[in-house]
Amino acid sequence: MADLKALYQEVILDHNKKPRNYGKLSPSTHHAEGHNPLCGDHISVTLNLSGNLADVKIEAIGFEGEACAVCKSSASMMTVAVKGKTRDEAETLTQDFLAMATGKMDMNAPNNMGRLAVFAGVKDLPTRVKCAILPWHTLHAAFNSVLEVSTEADADPMHTS
Amino acid sequence: MNAPTFKPAAVLDIERIRADFPILKLEVNNKPLVYLDNAASSQMPQQVIDRLVRYQTSQHANIHRAVHYLSETATHEYEVARRTLQKFINAKEDREIIFTSGTTEAINLVMHGYGRKFIKAGDEIILTTLEHHSNIVPWQMLCEETGAKIRVVPINDAGELDIAVYESLFNERTKFVGVVHISNALGTINPVKQMIAFAHARGVPVLVDGAQAAPHLSVDVQDLDCDFYAYSGHKLCGPTGIGMLYGKAKHLEAMQPYKGGGDMILSVTFEKTTYNTIPFKFEAGTPPIMAAIGLGAAIDYLQTIGMDKIAAHEHSLLEYATAQINDMPGVRIIGTAKNKASVISFAIDGVHPHDIGSLLNQEGVAVRTGHHCAQPVMDRYRVPATSRASFAFYNTMAEVDALITGIRTVQQVFA
Repeated sequence: MADLKALYQEVILDHNKKPRNYGKLSPSTHHAEGHNPLCGDHISVTLNLSGNLADVKIEAIGFEGEACAVCKSSASMMTVAVKGKTRDEAETLTQDFLAMATGKMDMNAPNNMGRLAVFAGVKDLPTRVKCAILPWHTLHAAFNSVLEVSTEADADPMHTS
Repeated sequence: MNAPTFKPAAVLDIERIRADFPILKLEVNNKPLVYLDNAASSQMPQQVIDRLVRYQTSQHANIHRAVHYLSETATHEYEVARRTLQKFINAKEDREIIFTSGTTEAINLVMHGYGRKFIKAGDEIILTTLEHHSNIVPWQMLCEETGAKIRVVPINDAGELDIAVYESLFNERTKFVGVVHISNALGTINPVKQMIAFAHARGVPVLVDGAQAAPHLSVDVQDLDCDFYAYSGHKLCGPTGIGMLYGKAKHLEAMQPYKGGGDMILSVTFEKTTYNTIPFKFEAGTPPIMAAIGLGAAIDYLQTIGMDKIAAHEHSLLEYATAQINDMPGVRIIGTAKNKASVISFAIDGVHPHDIGSLLNQEGVAVRTGHHCAQPVMDRYRVPATSRASFAFYNTMAEVDALITGIRTVQQVFA
């Protein structure tokens, strides 16, 4: 992964140092905790959702936790990407992000990743994929009011392999 | 940056030694590989690789079974390897050496064979904060089953065991002690001989987890007087899937078998099975014959270099690296015991260990990041994880410099 340092420099200079939407929403309508038992990382995602079943919208989102730069910047960029979106849009983005991070997305074809595409490179570092996807798992869990998720397969609501 | 001006004189001809290890010629991310994850697993010299090939191409058959040429050859080579392991740790007899899949299986064997037979409800097992999970979890399983209890020896801020507390933990319920010889997470060398003498004065047997010690210093089980000693082959230039349990013959004979199957019996009827003598009582099924012979070859290789020279060279790498890291602002060494093996756990201010590991990898430098299967140690220092550089005899001062340069690069990226 030749551009790892570049990826680091881009995301770290920006989102790791100045994470967006950092903190816990209080009050919040939904929240979940995410753990990566491999490294002990931990983040929380809080949501304020509005609207009815057909048109649930993310009015506000916050994240907080102890995590590496990859995880923290992924979380920060996630909050920016999904804020104001509907639940369906956010869930689609989540699936696409997971596909990208695990190398299942053709990055040469048109996609909706935008700035999130900076994380495409983690697919070459299998041990770091979990760092990048933990926030997204936690977002998914928050929507479903699953209060704790883990990146380990047994407890992984999105484990597909 | 005030890099130390001294570079200790080499006690080994490192370039000649490095030529024995084909993997050390690799490039990673277009940089020469700097392999500093030896505490997790060491690399294999060509001599051992050749031995594995020779066995598999001209000596292989099942052992202890048939009368034909290959079976006799394989059996002979397997038992030669056992005697190599015996001499390596100065065990009194070769039947005190049991081949296991590694340290973990060796400890599990003692838990099942000794613990389940002799440790009862209310009994106490003394372990230390420095233990690897493999010397914690089997004993927890035993306690769950029997109602025995674990007592834990704490460490001080330097990462040294509190021996006064250790001694105070003994009482009439104490039935067993498990202690790691060298901490894999911090490098602390524990005063096991003194601890064993104290336990023996109270009639308590001691198991020593030697996974990190056997590759780095001369081990003499008779001098230590330990009851059990365990290590893994892949940490001393041998293959994975092979390791050893040393046990005093009197214990091994009194213990119950751990696994049932072929080779561990003298006779079997559906009414009664008579178990084989030691060590075969504990080696059910066809063992990893090639790996065992490879481990023997690895020990032969290490002994041609000399364990004392290996320890001396690794100690100069440790001192050189420690002095340089201590000079770096924003970098902290975790584990500063006076008596230390060549392991450096460190933290960089404001940088998560996983980020350190990935960025060092970008420079070709392989370190371990994580909790090192020693979460109680991490909890003691209130960190979720550390980065760990661990040196072997084939590492060079220039590789220490590459680590230091790599750490500076990490700091620059995060500046």
